[in-house]
Amino acid sequence: MGEYFLELKGISKAFPGVQALDNVSLQVRPGSVHALMGENGAGKSTLMKCLFGIYKMDAGQILLEGEEVSVINPLDALQKGIAMVHQELQPIPDRSIAENIFCGRYPTKGVWPIRWTDDKKMNEEAQKWLGEVSLNMDSKTKLRELSISQMQIVEIAKAISMNAKLVILDEPTSSLTQSEVEKLFAIINRLRERGVAIIYISHKMDEILRISDEVTIMRDGQYIGTWKSSEMTVDMIISKMVGRDLTNVYPPKTNTPGEVVFSVRNYSSTLPHSFKEVNFDLRKGEILGFAGLVGAQRTELMEAIFGLRSLEKGSVELNKRVLRIKRPRDAILSKIGMITEDRRGSGIFGVLSVKDNISVSSLNNYLLAGIVLDDAKIDKLVNDNVGRLSIKTPDLRTLIKSLSGGNQQKVIISRWLANNPDVLIMDEPTRGIDVGAKYEIYQIMINLANEGKSIIMVSSEMAELIGVADRIAVMCNGRLTGIVEGEEANQERIMQLATQF
Amino acid sequence: MPEKLNGWFEKKFKDFSIGDFLIKNALIIILIIMAIVAAIYNGNFVSANNFKNISINFSARFLIALGVSGCLITRGTDLSAGRMAGLGACIAGTLLQTSDYAQKFFPNLGDVPILAVFVLAMVICGFFGLINGIVVSYLKVPPFIATLGTQTIVYGACQLYSPMPLGGYRKDYTALSSTFFLGNSIPLFIVIAALVGAFMWFLYNKTRHGKYMYAIGGNETAAEVSGVNVSKTLIIIYTLAGLLYAAGGVLLGAKAGGATVNTGYGYELEAIASCTIGGVSTTGGIGKISGIVIGVLVFEFLKTSMQFLGINPAVQYIIQGVVIILAVALDLRKYLAKK
Repeated sequence: MGEYFLELKGISKAFPGVQALDNVSLQVRPGSVHALMGENGAGKSTLMKCLFGIYKMDAGQILLEGEEVSVINPLDALQKGIAMVHQELQPIPDRSIAENIFCGRYPTKGVWPIRWTDDKKMNEEAQKWLGEVSLNMDSKTKLRELSISQMQIVEIAKAISMNAKLVILDEPTSSLTQSEVEKLFAIINRLRERGVAIIYISHKMDEILRISDEVTIMRDGQYIGTWKSSEMTVDMIISKMVGRDLTNVYPPKTNTPGEVVFSVRNYSSTLPHSFKEVNFDLRKGEILGFAGLVGAQRTELMEAIFGLRSLEKGSVELNKRVLRIKRPRDAILSKIGMITEDRRGSGIFGVLSVKDNISVSSLNNYLLAGIVLDDAKIDKLVNDNVGRLSIKTPDLRTLIKSLSGGNQQKVIISRWLANNPDVLIMDEPTRGIDVGAKYEIYQIMINLANEGKSIIMVSSEMAELIGVADRIAVMCNGRLTGIVEGEEANQERIMQLATQF
Repeated sequence: MPEKLNGWFEKKFKDFSIGDFLIKNALIIILIIMAIVAAIYNGNFVSANNFKNISINFSARFLIALGVSGCLITRGTDLSAGRMAGLGACIAGTLLQTSDYAQKFFPNLGDVPILAVFVLAMVICGFFGLINGIVVSYLKVPPFIATLGTQTIVYGACQLYSPMPLGGYRKDYTALSSTFFLGNSIPLFIVIAALVGAFMWFLYNKTRHGKYMYAIGGNETAAEVSGVNVSKTLIIIYTLAGLLYAAGGVLLGAKAGGATVNTGYGYELEAIASCTIGGVSTTGGIGKISGIVIGVLVFEFLKTSMQFLGINPAVQYIIQGVVIILAVALDLRKYLAKK
């Protein structure tokens, strides 16, 4: 066996009109964590899909333990010892942990042709693997009852139960809290000690520098290079990823908050474990951040304000007018907009064009004789927004699903701007977006605040809240535990408020 | 101008490959071949009469397919389409019989204007469509189940109303299917189909309702969040579908010269199949009027060619079934290939 467990050599893959991978290499040592970095669209997922045989590569070699192999599909990859934990988990929610781990290879007993599943053995085995990853749960628990981080750990247990020698983690921490990240890192360290090779795909620089041994960076389908993590800094990685020096991660804050325009009072959910007695004010031209751990009920609160969830009590006032919001339509009519957390699930219309995606919620403003849609006016609206937010799209009829995450997010922002809202709620506006596009989104937010719009920004990344928000409200277990003014905001102060109960 | 044309050609055919072209249009190509074979086998296939016949059959089915298309585009379906068309045909049948017909349903009824009968049939079927819409949007019953229920209800209602086969239609009613314009060449049915088709094209492409319909099909949650009145849009879609089925049914009655409770039986499946052949996606959000025209035409051509080829009627059903599965498989291939 050679020095490397996995070697990818000279991988190239072209799609119509774009060279997605151009002579890319990757070498992963056993018992090490190898970070794979690059902006969205750099080709990381395409490379992984080539490795798993989902895409057929145009050129290149895959070497496992020094021997050339051809992987034809994900099952084949699994049998060769390569497992992947996807960013978007696909569990079977109404089945037990054990069944999820052993899906497709249930232990059986009996004699052919009468064989049945051996539930006892399956549960015992599953319990053993749960112990391996220190997940203290009964293997008969249904997946539905687990948190996202627990589901992820179950996926890892599944991977190692299959004797995987290479585990690929794709954005594993994107929805984890800080303490959950620590648990995950402990598991990764244990795997490393056992000699498992790990490819760690992430956007989070601090994590990469902490957990990885080596870093490979890709840009626009090109292999940029591989370095020892100990020799790298955040700035070096960013400049190699974007191919230029990013002097500032956040744009200068130029907005000045004015008088209070929006007030939320005594907001309480009908659900027992959700938000209770939340009060806050939002000023004109202000960006108000909302921090908190996963489960702090920030999204639930915002969705309730927007009319997506039911309320036990509470009132909202905008411009000294009490609002009655029962559904999103009411909120939109009251000049409130909301960019939801789950871009794919409740944001974009994948099979529709950029134009339709931008105009869908403001069509009432573009009617001739009250009936016919005025295409010329809609085109103008869409063109204005594409220009103003510099959305990169071949044309207005392009389907939104073919744009990058950052551009999709800009399209959704455009959709809301078309309604000219006074208050814009942005839930995790930069999730899954690369560094360059994040900066642009921040700039858009600050510009909007300068135009006198008020923005609520929910984010799990404390650094971006501190960098962009004027004040930061912190929630913990459904309560608003405090509002931190911009100057005194630091991670320690926020964490303290976020972990009060 | 030539440069512009060149540009257009380049754009259209830059990525042209024979394989792709064949896969994308496989069904249509197969059917053209079939039609040619049928024409060679039986000279009457290429005759004015046959084409008139096809176009008349096309018209009624096109209206029904248009009705179903909205349901399909919003990821639903409508299994009550055929039975509603049957009810429409029976309502028209009972009201448009000659005064001297021995088994007249309403013996003392005078001559009701045909237009009024159209409206009445549409109002009644529209009511059932409205119920479909309310059940789907407010009670959240999956469309497949909801419309399966109404299918049975409408069948029962139709049996209660007119259990016996209807006949003895007034000349002016049956004449609808033999009225031609422009020197005996353009059937009135086709004119009706074209007008309704144009209206639906306008509705789908130039109004809020159409945009909302595609949005709901594309992502219902996102539509709700974007302020689309999802319930209202769905109710309009299912009600409008009911209206179209009734109109289709009244035309079917005029063509057949009679109706029974079994008129329209199975037409919903034919309509769904035609839409799918015409590229209305089973996963929602995609579907064009032009595609539906092609889908219904292809299906009609298929049936007629098989008749002209003298294929055993039982075998014809088997072939139709294969074509439906093939159409969806090829349709999905287009998306899979893009991966």
